[in-house]
Amino acid sequence: MTILVIAEHDNASLKGATLNTVSAAAKLGGDIAILVAGSGAAAVAAAAAKVAGVAKVLVVDAAAFADQSAENLAAQVVAVVKAAGGAISHVLAPATTAGKNVLPRVAALLDVAQISEIVAIESADTFVRPIYAGNALATVKSADAVKVITVRTTAFEAAAAEGGAAAVEQVAEAGDQGLSKLVGRELTKSARPELGAAKIIVSGGRGMGSSENYHNVLEPLADKLGAALGASRAAVDAGYVPNDYQVGQTGKIVAPQLYLAVGISGAIQHLAGMKDSKVIVAINKDPEAPIFQVADYGLVADLFEAVPQLTAAV
Amino acid sequence: MKILVPVKRVVDYNVKVRVKSDGTGVDIANVKMSMNPFDEIAVEEAVRLKEAGVATEVVAVSCGVGACQETLRTAMAIGADRGILVETDVDLQPLAVAKLLKALCDKEQPQIVICGKQAIDDDANQTGQMLSALMGWPQATFASKVAVGSGKATVTREIDGGLETLEISLPAVITTDLRLNEPRYATLPNIMKAKKKPLETLKPADLGVDVTPRLTTLKVVEPAKRSAGVMVADVAQLVEKLKNEAKVL
Ligand SMILES: Cc1cc2nc3c(=O)[nH]c(=O)nc-3n(C[C@H](O)[C@H](O)[C@H](O)COP(=O)(O)OP(=O)(O)OC[C@H]3O[C@@H](n4cnc5c(N)ncnc54)[C@H](O)[C@@H]3O)c2cc1C
Ligand SMILES: Nc1ncnc2c1ncn2[C@@H]1O[C@H](COP(=O)(O)O)[C@@H](O)[C@H]1O
Repeated sequence: MTILVIAEHDNASLKGATLNTVSAAAKLGGDIAILVAGSGAAAVAAAAAKVAGVAKVLVVDAAAFADQSAENLAAQVVAVVKAAGGAISHVLAPATTAGKNVLPRVAALLDVAQISEIVAIESADTFVRPIYAGNALATVKSADAVKVITVRTTAFEAAAAEGGAAAVEQVAEAGDQGLSKLVGRELTKSARPELGAAKIIVSGGRGMGSSENYHNVLEPLADKLGAALGASRAAVDAGYVPNDYQVGQTGKIVAPQLYLAVGISGAIQHLAGMKDSKVIVAINKDPEAPIFQVADYGLVADLFEAVPQLTAAV
Repeated sequence: MKILVPVKRVVDYNVKVRVKSDGTGVDIANVKMSMNPFDEIAVEEAVRLKEAGVATEVVAVSCGVGACQETLRTAMAIGADRGILVETDVDLQPLAVAKLLKALCDKEQPQIVICGKQAIDDDANQTGQMLSALMGWPQATFASKVAVGSGKATVTREIDGGLETLEISLPAVITTDLRLNEPRYATLPNIMKAKKKPLETLKPADLGVDVTPRLTTLKVVEPAKRSAGVMVADVAQLVEKLKNEAKVL
């Protein structure tokens, strides 16, 4: 049996989320193959071949994959699964916006269910996944021939990026579906660690009051801690920070060593995204704020006094 | 141009659900049910496209138990012109919903289907993408901005690194993200008007769709609770705890 992992990349480098997905694949038992569909993505294929535990890297390099469109990528994945004639038992991708975009398409084209955002594997056909914003965990069993799965990266350690020596094989190109065209991307530039990979996250909510406050108060602390910056939905909606800062049920799921929630009330949708953090600190002026129910250390204070003091003290 | 908007009836986002003690699921008896918030955003967007003269008709569709009629009435109170209920007591999974929607798309021939990106009960984030695949249409998921031109749409999407803008040919499926718009409140006169709008009821069999679930839920449990933390008196104590007790600084 072969487990196919869809590489997430930007044609230049393999994204860390793929490494967590490989670890999930390793728990299923079987040969792991990584599919790298890209354009000018030789470096990605080379990186994929070095990942520990990977038996094979399947490569298709063509203009159709330059922008990683869901339509072209899904058609390619389906072609690879069909060409394997039943040998591929599982198709996995990280539960990132990229994985969530493409994998349901793959599942529908294969006429199978998708199992979204698994956090544990009980056996080759039985998986655990959160539902209702993580307020319940469901164990589900799939009866489909091919299991199509997205993986919550925070629930699985990253596989070692070095140490493997997988065979690299070219596969036939499925072609351009010609359905969509990338107009442009506006990517948030930051020298800080990515939210998904950060050891420490400093996150601000509506309590920050304005974009200026968010940056003036939280950035010095994040700089000192080498932390990533996050936010609640309210802070994003109010325009304090870009959309990709949002932590929560419908934003990013994070699990750092230390999560500092500043001026965040702790709505269930926010908790869904950060309650698996190792240590949670909450700074809020309202002693009744629900965030204190999940915080390891709670400080009832005005953030505009407490955060600068904290920045000075660490 | 016709726009189809699938709307799901879910436990209201303010309700903290309880897991049933026998582990078979969550207890949704006597809890407040509402339209999935992302679907409200979808209805609002469709209605705005109609108000802007781009769309001519907005059709809301809900699949599930008879009470989904209420969800359809809400959609019609926001401004949808009519509703279609695909009625079944079967626990519908995203692939089954996508197949029902495909059958309706074949029948209704919409130019755009606007789904929510995710239902807040199953947190699946699948149906729109699946429908798009089954139709062989383009998809633009997690939309924060939609501009419809002739035969095409330009959609800005919220992605992990920031934003991405796609141009897609129509017909297509779009799924909504939180920042697309702020749905209006249905006014009382519009709620009254919605009661008179046409609502058609079909069964999955009328559409020739097999909705048998592919996934079996073996059990549902509550996640491990975090143990209660402590309140600190001031920043100095917080730093001391983080350094010496939690050892994270
Ligand atoms: C479909 C849906 C999806 C959602 N998805 C998400 C999601 O993914 N992520 C998410 O975060 N939310 C999400 N939400 C929104 C969520 O329900 C809450 O509205 C949101 O998390 C609130 O953000 P907040 O805590 O910053 O704001 P508020 O709830 O307004 O809290 C602000 C807090 O700041 C405190 N404060 C104010 N001033 C100060 C000060 N000077 N010093 C100290 N404390 C201060 C206040 O006491 C208050 O507790 C979603 C909602 C819906 C309906
Ligand atoms: N039973 C349903 N009836 C109508 N629309 C649905 C149903 N289930 C899902 N959808 C649509 O598909 C979207 C995504 O749902 P899901 O894939 O379950 O997360 C929802 O926001 C709805 O627009």
